[in-house]
Amino acid sequence: MSGLTRTVLWLGLGFLYAPILVLVVYSFNASSLVTVWGGFSTRWYGALFADAPLIAAAWVSLRVAVLASLVATTLGTLAALALERHGRFRGRAGFTALIYGPMVMPEVMIGLSLLLLFIGVGLDRGVVTIVIAHATFCTGFVAVVVSARLRGLDRYLEEAAADLGAGPLRVLGTVTLPLLAPAIAAGALLAFTLSLDDLVIASFVSGPGATTLPMRLYSQVRLGVNPEINAASTLLVGLVSTAVLAASWLTARRGG
Amino acid sequence: MGAPQPNRLFARLLRLPPLLWLGAFFLLPFLVTLKISLSEPATAIPPYLPVLEWDGGLDGWSSFLESLNFTNYLTLARDDLYRAALLGSLAYAGAATAILVLIGTPIAYALARAPQRWQPLLVALVVVPFWTSFLIRIYAWIAILKQEGLLNLALLKLGVIAHPLVILNTDAAVMIGLVYAYLPFMVLPLYAVMNRLDPTLPEAAADLGAGPARVFWSVTLPLSLPGIAAGAGLCFIPMVGEFVIPDLLGGSETLMLGRVLWSEFFSNRDWPLAAAVAVLLLAIVIGPVMLFRDSLRADGEGA
Repeated sequence: MSGLTRTVLWLGLGFLYAPILVLVVYSFNASSLVTVWGGFSTRWYGALFADAPLIAAAWVSLRVAVLASLVATTLGTLAALALERHGRFRGRAGFTALIYGPMVMPEVMIGLSLLLLFIGVGLDRGVVTIVIAHATFCTGFVAVVVSARLRGLDRYLEEAAADLGAGPLRVLGTVTLPLLAPAIAAGALLAFTLSLDDLVIASFVSGPGATTLPMRLYSQVRLGVNPEINAASTLLVGLVSTAVLAASWLTARRGG
Repeated sequence: MGAPQPNRLFARLLRLPPLLWLGAFFLLPFLVTLKISLSEPATAIPPYLPVLEWDGGLDGWSSFLESLNFTNYLTLARDDLYRAALLGSLAYAGAATAILVLIGTPIAYALARAPQRWQPLLVALVVVPFWTSFLIRIYAWIAILKQEGLLNLALLKLGVIAHPLVILNTDAAVMIGLVYAYLPFMVLPLYAVMNRLDPTLPEAAADLGAGPARVFWSVTLPLSLPGIAAGAGLCFIPMVGEFVIPDLLGGSETLMLGRVLWSEFFSNRDWPLAAAVAVLLLAIVIGPVMLFRDSLRADGEGA
């Protein structure tokens, strides 16, 4: 590696990681002044676990993320199968736009329009509406991951099963889905991560009693920097990085 | 006409759940928003008029069409605040995209030239922050940029400045936040293109006597333009509607459409106007989305 290449890489990665590193380091700061180092301490982690509203918000987020990723994974996998294995149908362009559209729409717009719909049909806002909203914008991401794997999958296995007399459902259940499992798991993890991270859409569609973790953090952040949030952020960064590394390991393992 | 083949039926059944779900929760909400953007605000619940009666039949529709009005769009066009927000969104997103091209290109180039066995790890290192909490990554910059923050502390200690700089809540902070948050969106598609470049082309140029800078400018860069375009599209589109960055890092004068929509909705409770802003936002991004459709999808496949 030439010196210039190495310098550029170090600068780029330094820029990406320095702010995160600052958060992690200061989450172990004994001083309550955020930029004054007062020695190593885990007191903010203790404070974090005693913060009842924050814990409650974390549980809401976790529940939402599990349910939303289940729905999004089911829908995204079906959409990927429809596009990659039964791809010739009328309205394919429209179907594609419908699946991938939410990925590129501004978040404020998805949030507002879903809220207007929920109010229009008289659906009470809460965990259910957040789950619906998150499943809607995560479906496309699952479809992307599963489609990529399907494209790399040997079609002859499925054709052989069909030639031997297995119906389409049997082929799907005994051949396609088992081969797709790592990609489906990776897609589910991505949907889970995206749901866990969303602030904007959840703020629009949530109701009283359904405050997610990002919503709680956002209201705290608006009041200023605070070491307890540094601790919460460190935990969240750790959790998400683990999920992402697990997802990339799952897709890499079977060459997806 | 015979009965549909079992395969055809099966394919339809596969499509049905995603079609119904996204029809109900993506397409329909957009139509509702469009409709509400054409109605008047009112101090009722829901706070807008007129409400379309879904069971009103054809008469209901025609009276509904008569009652539509474009007041909200006229307000958007005439009011200085919205014009400033529209221009602000385009200016911030445009300027940040330009900076991202300038700093993303050398990073992607360095990634592509790094030893082959290190590349998967380096790419993973670029991807991880991309999935790490957006809110937290922006929040981290507050501690760095504020007046008694780490950057000022470091610059004062080094004697570069005599008084702390005001960076937080300025345009500079918004630009730093945008560039920081979207850097992976620029680097990854660009790297994907540069990595696939035929290595014999730069080698041939070098053999013919071009120096490294000349090879980069006249061979690598022109061949990488599709990646630059894809990265620019991937950054520009979400940045136009950005809310968190201008809200947390910007000042009160930082006007962007996403933020105006948010405050119109949550503070002023003017739903029809917020809906009109949403439609405007969609109108702005739909062009770049169609333009970059293929490269956006190509990138999604690579991720």
